[in-house]
Amino acid sequence: MTTTANSLLVRDDRTKRRNAAELRFRAYGLGAIGIAALALVLLLSSVLSSGVGAFSQTFITLETSLPEAKLNKSGLRDPAVMAKVSTFGYAPLLRDALLTRIAELGITTSLSDKNVDAMISKEAAASLRDHVLANPDLIGGKVTMDVLADGRIDGYFKGRVTMESAARDGNTSPEALRVAQRLADAGVIETRFNWRFLTAPDASDQRPEAAGLGVAILGSLYMMLVVLVLALPIGVAASIYLEEFAPRNRLSDLIEVNISNLAAVPSIVFGILGLAIFINFSGLRQSSPLVGGLVLTLMTLPTIIISTRAALKSVPPSIRDAALAVGASKMQSVFHHVLPLAAPGILTGTIIGLAQALGETAPLLLIGMVAFVREYPAAYSHEAGLFGEAATALPVQVFNWTQRADPGFAERASGAIIVLLVFLAVMNTVAILLRRHFERRW
Amino acid sequence: MWVIDVVFSLPVLVLGLAILGFTGARTRVLVAARGDIRSLSDLPRAHGLNAFFSVIIPAVASFVLLSLVRLIGNQQGIETLSARTGFWVVLAVAAIGGVSAIRRSSAGFRARVASETWIKSLLIAASLVAILTTVGIVLSMLFEAIHFFRQYSWRDFFFSTDWAPNFRGNSALGILPLLWGTLYVSFIALMLAVPVGLFSAIYLSEYAGPRMRSVAKPLIEILAGIPTIVYGLFALITVGPLLRDYFAQPLGLGGSASSVMTAGLVMGIMLIPFVSSLSDDTINAVPQAMRDGSYALGATRSETIRQVVIPAALPGIMGAVLLAASRAIGETMIVVLGAGAAARLSLNPFEAMTTITVKIVSQLTGDTDFASPETLVAFALGLTLFAFTLGLNVLALMIVRKYREQYE
Repeated sequence: MTTTANSLLVRDDRTKRRNAAELRFRAYGLGAIGIAALALVLLLSSVLSSGVGAFSQTFITLETSLPEAKLNKSGLRDPAVMAKVSTFGYAPLLRDALLTRIAELGITTSLSDKNVDAMISKEAAASLRDHVLANPDLIGGKVTMDVLADGRIDGYFKGRVTMESAARDGNTSPEALRVAQRLADAGVIETRFNWRFLTAPDASDQRPEAAGLGVAILGSLYMMLVVLVLALPIGVAASIYLEEFAPRNRLSDLIEVNISNLAAVPSIVFGILGLAIFINFSGLRQSSPLVGGLVLTLMTLPTIIISTRAALKSVPPSIRDAALAVGASKMQSVFHHVLPLAAPGILTGTIIGLAQALGETAPLLLIGMVAFVREYPAAYSHEAGLFGEAATALPVQVFNWTQRADPGFAERASGAIIVLLVFLAVMNTVAILLRRHFERRW
Repeated sequence: MWVIDVVFSLPVLVLGLAILGFTGARTRVLVAARGDIRSLSDLPRAHGLNAFFSVIIPAVASFVLLSLVRLIGNQQGIETLSARTGFWVVLAVAAIGGVSAIRRSSAGFRARVASETWIKSLLIAASLVAILTTVGIVLSMLFEAIHFFRQYSWRDFFFSTDWAPNFRGNSALGILPLLWGTLYVSFIALMLAVPVGLFSAIYLSEYAGPRMRSVAKPLIEILAGIPTIVYGLFALITVGPLLRDYFAQPLGLGGSASSVMTAGLVMGIMLIPFVSSLSDDTINAVPQAMRDGSYALGATRSETIRQVVIPAALPGIMGAVLLAASRAIGETMIVVLGAGAAARLSLNPFEAMTTITVKIVSQLTGDTDFASPETLVAFALGLTLFAFTLGLNVLALMIVRKYREQYE
């Protein structure tokens, strides 16, 4: 304080520096939140933008003639005999129908028959065959069906395939896209909402346009059922013991430490456990929803136990005391009074645990759920038992599709992610609403 | 016929016996009471319940025990007892339990106490599942890892820098390149997640008003609820190509979309909510009096945070970082889809490298032969991973616990 210029009303350099540092610090904080928010927006928008395409699909409307001579040589309308004609017998019929249509519309093209064939999905012949075998009377006449267009044609109408990329692609050509555009102008080719994406089973490497999530959704549903039926009672029972009955001793300490550690064990380790104990040791079936459900149960238990204990803790002791005072046993006070009051909290925790389990992928890879499954798994069968038939799961199906070469599968994978995220959003919203609705302050 | 399957299945038969036991015991005491239940020491329902549990619990316990004996027998190649014998033994145990419970039911019998003892044993059994799971994890990996180390020298596994599995034999199975990849990816992830997570926690707990908090906190928590496969796909289709086209290729650092950087950055995003919510808790736990004292001395807000709040919350923040590190090391899907499969010891973050978890997945999926070291190595890798993460978790929990005691 040697100079008189040091008034409190005038900021000196040091104060300015300190205030600037303060502002900077605040900006770092805002910046950090900005980065997190930006990451979230980027993540969701990239998945959404690349995945919406999976929900629409390009179909070609074709009037196919079904000549008796090719499909039913014997003349007996016997399904067993007719089934001898494979999809290779049906594919040329579809091609001829498309060629006829192109000629009718007056489109001139340099495409060879083979190139026209490539515009129709390989799945189309199979679905035509199934349709004919189900309705043998159609043979000899004509049938009008919407069949799937090839993945490249489909990609063209969604903007994934362009004239330039088609020129470099061995599986299609700019000419084919030009013809497809003309057909679309005439209303023969149409892109519309694709229910099959949610219901159809997976399809092989060459036909991404036919692949769907049916088996995966069913498999995930079965696993969630197993998790719910096992994890909820076991988790609640364990929490009740630890919270209400356990004496303070070595054993309960050990259990507590175990639970908090299990919550942090990497998920892949649970996969190894499942493979070694449930499949190799116990002999349960590989890729079955039962094994998947058991593994996910063990993973979800800590989550459910932690939230159930929090819910039990929030019930005030006066409730227990009141019950004991009118002659209830300790067990009765818990089951008749504490548990019902804690139920909303338990339910919320369970739903969040289930949502976690639904998105889990790594352990399921190890127990064989990456297998290619085209049959809808039955909940029960004599050979495989309860939930024993091979299935896949939603997140595993996503992984599976990312490993395929055809770019059509990348779109499918993102589409499957959207489905998964919708499920998760619904579950979490229900959990939040439940909590809001039943939340009680004592 | 599935109806026959179900009706004659063990669970349904045991349940049937239990219901029989319930009605049996209840009827017996009702008859003993001659219609006036005031003469009973416990309600008829309690007697029924006791009989019900006396059937179910011993039956389930004997089923578990017999299954275990059978499975261990199968493992050793010994025929211990047939499924048929087991079926009848369990049914017999159930019937004996039911009959003895009905016979014990009398007017003076303390049925409520007896049935509650059964319930308590169920509760204890449920809480033992946690211990059994840990034991199962350790045993399942330990046995196979021992098999592995019989066929492959542990020195080569832990100290060799070569990873080249070959299903015709003579593989090099050194863990070091995988460990390097794991640590490198985790390091990059933490370099992103720790500053971002910490600063957002500081901002949310010290600066933000209630409105900002109510928007930003759930936003960050959404990141925690997104499954890792989604992050993996994000790395694969967006971040990887972006980094390759705009950083790696122009800088001449490599042409691969999957790289340590890709996986690390995406994993970092995944870890932000971890670091932020755990540090938020510990920052909020710092007593307001400490802040007030600092303000009273003339410190600005940021000076208070840096010199008082953060040092006070440091143990908790350390715990959060360690937990995040353990998450990063054990994370699988992001690295499977984002980091690549080539085992490599390199410093270039734009090169594809691989991690322990990626190799566990690749060695255990597809055609596996549980006698060959190429498959068994996955269990040794798993055990190493488990030991690593367990160590980190225990350390983190210890730090957090010690810290909590200080201010509460």
